Order: sequence, then structure tokens, then C-alpha cells
Amino acid sequence: MSTFAVEVTGVSRVFQGKKSTVTALDGIDLTIEAGEFVSLIGPSGCGKSTLLRLIADLDQPTAGDIQVFGTPAAKARAAQKYGIAFQQAGLLPWRTVAGNIALPLELHGVDKTARRARVAELIDLVGLGDFATSYPDQLSGGMQQRVAIARSLAEKPELLLMDEPFGALDEMTRERMQAELLRIAAESGAAVVFVTHSIPEAVFLSDRVVVMSPRPGRITGIVPVKLARDLTSDADALREDTAFFAAVTAVREELHGVPTVERARGVDLR
Amino acid sequence: MTAALTTRSLRAKSMSARLRPFLLGIVSVVLLAGVWELYKLLGPADGFSIGELRVLPRTTDLAMPHVWDMLERLGGPLTGASTAIPLWLAVLKAAGISLGIAAIGWSIGLVVGFVLAVLMQRFRIAESAVLPLVILSQTVPLIALAPVVRVWGSRLEFGAFEWESWMSVAVIASYLAFFPIAVGALRGLQSPDVIHEELMTSYAAGWWKTLIHLRLPASVPYLLPALSLGAANAVIGTVVAEVSTGLSGGIGRMILDFSNFASSDPAKPWAPIFGAILLGLVAAGLVSLLGLALGRYRRAEVNR
Repeated sequence: MSTFAVEVTGVSRVFQGKKSTVTALDGIDLTIEAGEFVSLIGPSGCGKSTLLRLIADLDQPTAGDIQVFGTPAAKARAAQKYGIAFQQAGLLPWRTVAGNIALPLELHGVDKTARRARVAELIDLVGLGDFATSYPDQLSGGMQQRVAIARSLAEKPELLLMDEPFGALDEMTRERMQAELLRIAAESGAAVVFVTHSIPEAVFLSDRVVVMSPRPGRITGIVPVKLARDLTSDADALREDTAFFAAVTAVREELHGVPTVERARGVDLR
Repeated sequence: MTAALTTRSLRAKSMSARLRPFLLGIVSVVLLAGVWELYKLLGPADGFSIGELRVLPRTTDLAMPHVWDMLERLGGPLTGASTAIPLWLAVLKAAGISLGIAAIGWSIGLVVGFVLAVLMQRFRIAESAVLPLVILSQTVPLIALAPVVRVWGSRLEFGAFEWESWMSVAVIASYLAFFPIAVGALRGLQSPDVIHEELMTSYAAGWWKTLIHLRLPASVPYLLPALSLGAANAVIGTVVAEVSTGLSGGIGRMILDFSNFASSDPAKPWAPIFGAILLGLVAAGLVSLLGLALGRYRRAEVNR
């Protein structure tokens, strides 16, 4: 039996406040295959970010179990099984682009020559060749986010966790970053868990879109997306494909709670 | 030091822009001298009093010597003896001694303040236990502290080590210096964003690595003003402690000694006061040099 990248079983997360308790997640079951691109989508407060944080072991579930590559989430974090990127780039302002990308490598004792080689590779990968010695405050938002993505890839993780990494970018930068992320994910073969607000973004990027609803946070449906995606295909053409629109419709209907029968038909349209 | 200064490369700045702060400094000194002379010229000879309370000083030559008299006196000899060195040299020497003691006090204050800040950051319970004591410590009057430190110090003996009275002064200076450093460093160590802390958690970096790679660099923008305050406090502490422990050689004792000449040689007591001001300026200048060296870590100020 192959090991799943992520295996979430019966997970709930309850935040105990002073006055009230909030059930952020309730009865979540989800498996993600190695190399699969899965988006979590839903309105604010549906617990999609919480779920991502649980997988990253930045927070612990109230009940249930999370396995990452067959080990508990805490062990997976200690073993550096995943790379993570947040909505803000979160670069250290006193480090250059190269220094920021090198941070996880430095922390884990990778020697200097290997570090330098890997950083150079990553800077090329995200197309920031001329900015290796620039500081974060000299970069645009999109460039900072690219640095953050390069940093999350530094240790060649087989799982990438991304919490709305393009949320703060303008539409044009965003689309370009999406295309780049797809290329990077395909090249590295990593599984990706991608939290987003945007239906087109989720559909464009994902193999499966997990739709969630709030209060309590639950998975209401999973929409498989099958776009004719290969590395040579033109991203813009893909966005105008009928299959793309069909999947967008399917996710939208799932989000708005349209009956199952119609939803199934929406997927079949492609 | 403004934030704008750090955004642009320091080397790229034009010469005139660099000289600007110095020129402004000179202009302000000239203005101050002007105000002094203007008041001396126009103010009532006996000052101005409300009841018993004198709110404006006398303008006599005894109370307010002319600026040029004070400067001229600085050029004159220290005493009437034929071998006497010039007054300005004596003042500089005394200021140098005080600066050395203040620097040692500041260094001790830096170490103690920083260790306290790291402890308080590490253990929440230490913060709630130590911080009130740290604040309380600053309410003890320096004058009361000086004799205690001197007596305790003189009882210290290990091997060839012998407590000298300048050490008491340094300890008292450090007592004043550590406070702003501890408070500033604590704020700085606690300053990293949640996102940075979580990033370090995701790297499975422990407390020590997080301290070295995140908290220390992040604390620099908070630390630098605290170090300046600490330097100013160390200078004040040194001057006051020199007076109250009776240590000779430094500028504090010189202020005390020269005050005896207030009526016979009224310009003379002002000389060590100028020395003390110079001392403070030099101390602040040295700390801002440190700020230049750490410029890279101040980028956070620009970004936020």
C-alpha cells in the first residue's frame, strides 16, 4: 500500500474562548496522494487555514489523527517533511534574498558550498537572478512572495503547504505566479495543499478542490478537476477552456449548496 | 538617525547631506550662546522672583559670565602656579577618566540588562517576577546607593584582586545603565511577528536557534535607542557617583571642587560643566556609530 502524503482522520478543532467555544473544524476526513495538488476553498471562518495549520503541526487537533507521509504531524514537522508559505511573504528584513532562501538550510546545518549551490538553483527557479543580494524592502510584493516560495522549496520537501500565498497580489501578478507555481510543483513532484478564497485560482491549480463550509468547519464536497494540463500548454488557453469553466461552475455550485445531481452534471460538462 | 537614512545606501549620500547634522548642531550652539547673552543684556540684574521663589536667574557677571569670558577662561591656566596646565586640558583629562568609567559601567549594564531581558523573554514567570523589581530598582536614590556600594565593594577580596574606588563608580553607573537596556531588549526580543515565529516552529528550530536567528536581529531597532539611553544614564551615574563617593580625577569631582571658585573666578566652574556636556555628546556619538555598523538590522524600521 502506498503512503499518502497527508491523511486526516476524524479531526476536529475546538477553540475554547472565555465566553464562548468555537468549533473551527468538525469531523474532517481527507487524504491527499503524493504529488497531488489539492486546494481548500470556502468562505471565511470555514477552518481551511486551521486545517492547514494542523497539518503543519503549528496547532494541534482537539480530536482525531493527522499523518504526514505515514508519521504523526509533529514528527513530520521535526523531520522537515514539508515546506510552508503564508499569505504574507514573512521574509526576514535584515537578510538578503539569498540569505532568506538559505535560512532553513542554515538552521539544519547544510554546509556552505551545498547551501550556495541550492540557493542559486532556487533563485533561478523563481526567476530572481538579478536580485540575490537585494533586501526584501527593495522588492515588490510579488517578488517577495516568490522568495518565500523558493524558501519553502529549499529542502526539497515532498509536501508544500500554502496559505493564500497570492492573496495580497494584484490579478496579473497572481496569474503569472499561479502558472509558475504549477511549473514548480510539477518539476519538484511535491504534493501541494493550497488554501485560497478564489474559485478560478483553485480550479486552475488543483487536481481536486476541497469545498468547506463554516460554523462548524466541515468538508461539504470534493470536486475533481481534470484540465488538459501539461507543461507545454499555454496557461491562458487553459483558463479559457470549457473544462475550466465547467469546473469553476461545479465548485461554485458546491459552495452555494446546489443539489448533488446538478452538481454531478456540472462536472460532466467538460 | 532617521529611518530614511537607512533606506538609501549610506555611501551614496552626498557630502553636504552628511555634514548637515553637524552644521545644525553648530548653529544650535551659537543660538544658545546668543540667547544667553541676550538675556544677560536685557534681563533684570537681580533676576525675577515670585515671593521667595526666583524664577529667572540673576544676570550679574558672577551668576552668568559672558560666553567669551568662559571660553577665554578655558584657555587660561588651571591654577595660579607657573607650571599649571591649561584649564581646557585639565577638563579634557577629567572627562576622559569619567568616560572610561562610564564605558565600563555601560558595558556591565549591557551584559546585565541583556541577560535579564533574555531570561524574561524565555520564562514568562521571570518577566512577571523580575520586571517590577527592575523598575523598583530605579526608584532607589543614587545618593543612598553610593556609600553602600563602596562599603560592600571594599569588603570584596579574592586573591590579588582588590576593590578600587573607581569600581564603585562603575557599578553605580551600570546600575543606572542596565535599566533602559533591559526594558528595550525585552521589547525587541518580543518583537518578531507571529508569522516569523511560526516559520521558525515549522523549521523545528528550538529556543536557542530562534533567539540567534530571529529574536536577536529583530531586537536591534529597539536596542539601539535603549543603548543610547543607557549611555546617557551611565554618564550621569558616573558624574553623580564620583561626587557622592568622593572619587577624584573625574569630571564629577571637578565640578564639585571648582564650585568653590564661584565668586573669585566665576567663569571657572563652567569649564567642567562644558566637559560633562561634551562627555554626554561623545558617549551618544559612540553609540550611534554602533547603530551605523548594525544598519542592516534596522531595515525592519523601514518596512513597517
